[in-house]
Amino acid sequence: MIEVRAISKRFGQVRALESASFSCPDGKITGLLGPNGAGKSTALRILYTVIRADSGSATIDGLDVHRDSLRVRERIGVLSDGAGLYPNLSARENVAYFGRLHGLSGRDLNARIDQLVELLDITGFADRRAKGFSHGQRTKVALARALVHRPPNLLLDEPSNGLDVMATRTLRDLLRRVRAMGVCVLFSSHVMQEVAALCDEIVIIDKGHVAACGSPDGLRAASGKDSLEDAFVSMLGSGEGLA
Amino acid sequence: MTRRLGIVFRKEILDNFRDRRSLTSAMIFGPLFGPVLFAVMISFALDRVVSSEDALIRVAVSGAEHAPNLVEHLRRSNADIVATDVDLEQARKMVASGIEDAVLCIPATFAEEFAAGRPAVLQLVSDSANSAAEEGVRRIRLMLGAYAGRIGALRLQARGVSPAVTIPIAIDEVDVSTPAGRSVLLLGMMTYFIIFSMLMGGLYLAIDSTAGERERGSLEPLLTLPVSRADLIVGKILATAVYMVTALAVTLFVFAVVLTQVPLEDLGMTSNFGPGTALGIFILMLPFALLGAALMTCVASFTRSYKEAQTYLTVVLLVPTLPILFAALNTVRPSTALMLVPSLSQHLVITGLMKAEVVPISYLLISFISTLVLGLLLTGLATRLYRRESLLG
Repeated sequence: MIEVRAISKRFGQVRALESASFSCPDGKITGLLGPNGAGKSTALRILYTVIRADSGSATIDGLDVHRDSLRVRERIGVLSDGAGLYPNLSARENVAYFGRLHGLSGRDLNARIDQLVELLDITGFADRRAKGFSHGQRTKVALARALVHRPPNLLLDEPSNGLDVMATRTLRDLLRRVRAMGVCVLFSSHVMQEVAALCDEIVIIDKGHVAACGSPDGLRAASGKDSLEDAFVSMLGSGEGLA
Repeated sequence: MTRRLGIVFRKEILDNFRDRRSLTSAMIFGPLFGPVLFAVMISFALDRVVSSEDALIRVAVSGAEHAPNLVEHLRRSNADIVATDVDLEQARKMVASGIEDAVLCIPATFAEEFAAGRPAVLQLVSDSANSAAEEGVRRIRLMLGAYAGRIGALRLQARGVSPAVTIPIAIDEVDVSTPAGRSVLLLGMMTYFIIFSMLMGGLYLAIDSTAGERERGSLEPLLTLPVSRADLIVGKILATAVYMVTALAVTLFVFAVVLTQVPLEDLGMTSNFGPGTALGIFILMLPFALLGAALMTCVASFTRSYKEAQTYLTVVLLVPTLPILFAALNTVRPSTALMLVPSLSQHLVITGLMKAEVVPISYLLISFISTLVLGLLLTGLATRLYRRESLLG
């Protein structure tokens, strides 16, 4: 369960977020939709504790992301922009390193990695060094790494960026599966179709402001449009920067 | 807490170990470069010492038949007389073109003037711009001077005058420099080579674990883990220090092997760079590993990319030379205060050990502790730098 209350963040003269508020319930997939530069990544980075909001507060499972950051980090799995694997470690070792830092070890850790390797279809390259991985392979390993400690909250920054059709399907299946286990999933995207296809809750964000949020049906009703994509465009003023 | 630090430490050790190219440069080229260059330089220095003392010196002499006594004197003073038959103009050309370092021309009038008691003129043709010939020409001049002095003294005696009257003052030069003292510059190089190969040993990892991690995009996911940033950075610094210590051990081993091939005693250094000296240097340099690792990590954490980090760290490689250079140029004597200066203190102690001097144990302790304390302070600074938001770029 993620709750964001009136957070603002500026970088120098740039206002990345202005009093943004939204929440993401457990067992649901929430999509953060907005054009590039809308503040999606900033919001996610504040939630996964690597940067600090200038004002406002955010909690994950009731824990403040700034004051309780270490405990928050135990309860989140993160896929940041650009998977960022260690090229000299194998896929399995990359996942194991994060698992160990989450406090897993021994048979427990190995069993969990085996499970993820199968679930994400990593088997073919699990023991190869990450150096030559394709973008899709890297994303899969980074996802396994984010899930290794069974986090109750999963935060993904543009997860489908640059993935091919098959990898995108694997990703969607995985997110649905994780949702079924009661995980709170929050992902950002600038692809309307993806958000429309996958999300139970949608937060539309533009120029640092939350333009609208709600279920797909709710958004359609509020905008008076039949198609969800028309609803997005009408709420953002234009479809610019979206795909 | 410490368990997680250990996990980070082990991962960095493994990660760096698998990068064969950087490992080769850190563990083989770095440690080999210093000792081998050092040995070459020492051999060079020894060569010069030997050649300037007794080596046979080649002197081309034209008109040797006009002054057989003089030529005999030169021969006895270790000159290798090569008789030539050239006039002054030809001699000039020979020297200018470098065929001969020096040509001594004895004119046909020499014997006549000599017999008449007038200054007999000789021509010594040399090229003062040729520094390689300088030492030889200086020796020829000395030989000629010695001959002239002897003849002068004989002439005075023949006239019943003591030659001593022509020597109003006598200078008795007392040179307190020892061969060991003169070799201080070389020893300075040795300390720097040790420090250099240590820094090289940790350089790659220091860059990779900060700027590299950021450039690759693996830093951000790492910072979302329930691990304190202190654990992360200290784990990385310790792994860097371990590679530096390994490089140190390799370097000392290579030094020990290489120096057995060089006659160090001719330069007044301990002839055996034995296990005792090596162990002493090893222990002395240990805290420098932490200092160097923390320093490189601090510098690298300011940089935005791998390339930028490399550029700045090249400057860091030069920093430890500054105190050593200062010491070498000013012939600094070891003192308690100087033991507080890292790199300088190691240099002074290593120099002492190599010269088989007695190094006070307090010097060792002060050097060890002050370097360690500075290393810990820099580790603290690195931790603070790692907490900054701008770390992510």
